[in-house]
Amino acid sequence: MIHEPRRAESHGAGGADAGRRFGDGGLNLKPSGRQHVSESLEGGSPVGEVSVADAVFSCRDVSVFYGDKQALKSVTIDVARRQVLAAIGPSGCGKSTFLRCLNRMNDTIPGARVTGTITLDGRDIYSKRQDVAQLRARIGMVFQKPNPFPKSIYDNVAYGPRIHRLARTRADLDDIVFTSLQRAGLWDEVKDRLSSLAIGLSGGQQQRLCIARALAVQPEVILMDEPCSALDPIATAHVEDLIEQLRASYAIVIVTHSMQQAARVSQRTAYFYMGQLIEVGDTDRVFTNPQHRLTEDYITGRFG
Amino acid sequence: MAVADPRLLRWSETSEPSNRAEAMSSAEAFARHLAGQRLRERIFRGSTLAAAILLLLLLGGVVVSLLHGAWPAFSRFRLAFITKDVWNPVTDQYGALSAIYGTLVTSALAMIFALPVSFGIAVFLTELAPPWLKRPVGVAIELLAAIPSIIFGIWGLFVLAPALQNSVEPWMDGHLGELPLVGALFRGAPYGIGFLTAGIVLAIMIVPFISAVMRDVFETVPDVLKESGYGLGATTWEVIWRVVVPYSRTGMIGGIMLGLGRALGETMAVTFVIGNAHQISASLLSPGTTISAAIANEFTEATTPLYTSSLIALGVLLFVITFAVIAAARLMLLRLGRRALASA
Ligand SMILES: Nc1ncnc2c1ncn2[C@@H]1O[C@H](COP(=O)(O)OP(=O)(O)OP(=O)(O)O)[C@@H](O)[C@H]1O
Ligand SMILES: [Mg+2]
Repeated sequence: MIHEPRRAESHGAGGADAGRRFGDGGLNLKPSGRQHVSESLEGGSPVGEVSVADAVFSCRDVSVFYGDKQALKSVTIDVARRQVLAAIGPSGCGKSTFLRCLNRMNDTIPGARVTGTITLDGRDIYSKRQDVAQLRARIGMVFQKPNPFPKSIYDNVAYGPRIHRLARTRADLDDIVFTSLQRAGLWDEVKDRLSSLAIGLSGGQQQRLCIARALAVQPEVILMDEPCSALDPIATAHVEDLIEQLRASYAIVIVTHSMQQAARVSQRTAYFYMGQLIEVGDTDRVFTNPQHRLTEDYITGRFG
Repeated sequence: MAVADPRLLRWSETSEPSNRAEAMSSAEAFARHLAGQRLRERIFRGSTLAAAILLLLLLGGVVVSLLHGAWPAFSRFRLAFITKDVWNPVTDQYGALSAIYGTLVTSALAMIFALPVSFGIAVFLTELAPPWLKRPVGVAIELLAAIPSIIFGIWGLFVLAPALQNSVEPWMDGHLGELPLVGALFRGAPYGIGFLTAGIVLAIMIVPFISAVMRDVFETVPDVLKESGYGLGATTWEVIWRVVVPYSRTGMIGGIMLGLGRALGETMAVTFVIGNAHQISASLLSPGTTISAAIANEFTEATTPLYTSSLIALGVLLFVITFAVIAAARLMLLRLGRRALASA
């Protein structure tokens, strides 16, 4: 409701600068009064460009149930290669649930059920023949809170390569650890204390360590669930830079509560609301010209 | 803007005077309340301190009376009491070695049987069991812990011992008895009662404790930690072995020591199935005795003062062994903790 007066004000000011005063941090909104493509919640299919030419993941009609409760409702969306997809939406709308479908992490929750199809490079990841551990090895995951294992920095990064036997010799392993820490932008800070416990690192360092740990398995996709929510602005900037670099070689899906962050790091944005995918499209387009009433309400802060 | 609102104005006018009086009386009440709270706090502290001191006094009393009762035996036999295995009430000669041996062997056997089973149960309950099975199995384990030890003793004597005597022990004697080095452990006449039977009964008795503690510590492992293991493509086994176990090592050791402490001191069930023979034998199939079984079994027959004193001296030894186990566990935890700190 805070936004109502500002909205009126910017209307009153009129003219060319209305848009600029309205949008924070480069979010430029179309003046109101335009026609929305959609206003309804019970539309079924989302607004925007669901499919992409070069899809890593293709989700079709994906629903997730936790017991009787449906947390994700018939979501259809593609994740493109070498691109960052941001998933935004209010708390409890199913962003994490969506993310955890992609590497079958929901399998670890008793009572969770997934319907619909998700393919990775054209292969159904929920098929009976799919080896779940192998699937997850192809998909890196970074969590909201930095959660290094209670082991040394080195052992944290080496954990994945060890269980998958990616390194034949100690030198190979050293090399993987070095490369992963380097890519995560952490090498210079920890190179002198690789054998000390990871818990001794700062929060931001721990999070980059978790990213290094995920990279060490040489995944094809990286899933990030609010990776910066426990970090200060400097550490956040570090991680965002890192995402920008990783984008060259990985498909990345990031859940974030910060719309500024979504705008900064992603090329596509998906807006979820109450378990439904409401709108998806190029980040610039979604933020400057949302087609669905609910999307606009959310990104202008009039959500509620 | 607030002043312009007539409703606000009226509210502030009417409410202020009464407010002040109210505030005053409530300040006094609050002070009284604080004083009362302080007194209660002091009483509370005093009583908990008294409880703690009472415990120390009790412990001291037990130790003193044990030592006092055991004194005649210790002063008569000196070191021979723990190095000799004669136990002869007729000649009034007592040496505890066979009882010490039996205590250690049965407890070791119990740990060997109980550890893998308990670990398996705990892993199953925390990581693998479907939700509908978790509760029944969990409750069953708690019930197992609640069964009085005499029942285990009766069951061991009338059910387990004959079964072992008729099938397992002859098989062991025939097949494992010829093995080099370890063969001696399995050779001998199948009595049914003896170290092996006692070890199995003890194992069944301590499994509920160890598995319950292990389950509880496994459950303290944060989900995010397990998920990051799974996220890296680890299998359930790899997550358990490389994430859950290292994280809960301290708690697991605690659970194991709890079980070991129980196994060392368990009396009733062991007395039923150990055979109560003061002898040391390499064979696990042969009868023997343990410290607590000997005490329970012979206290009523102890006719001479030296006999009684020797039994109390056995009690002292059990106390020392149990204490040593707990101390060793503490030391181990301390070392683990220090290593963790040193590398931090
Ligand atoms: N393990 C679970 N068991 C039961 N319900 C769950 C579970 N995890 C999530 N849910 C429910 O599913 C819905 C979606 O949850 P989800 O965690 O995906 O939301 P989210 O968009 O990630 O929210 P947030 O922004 O707060 O992280 C919520 O209503 C939540 O209560
Ligand atoms: Mg979430």
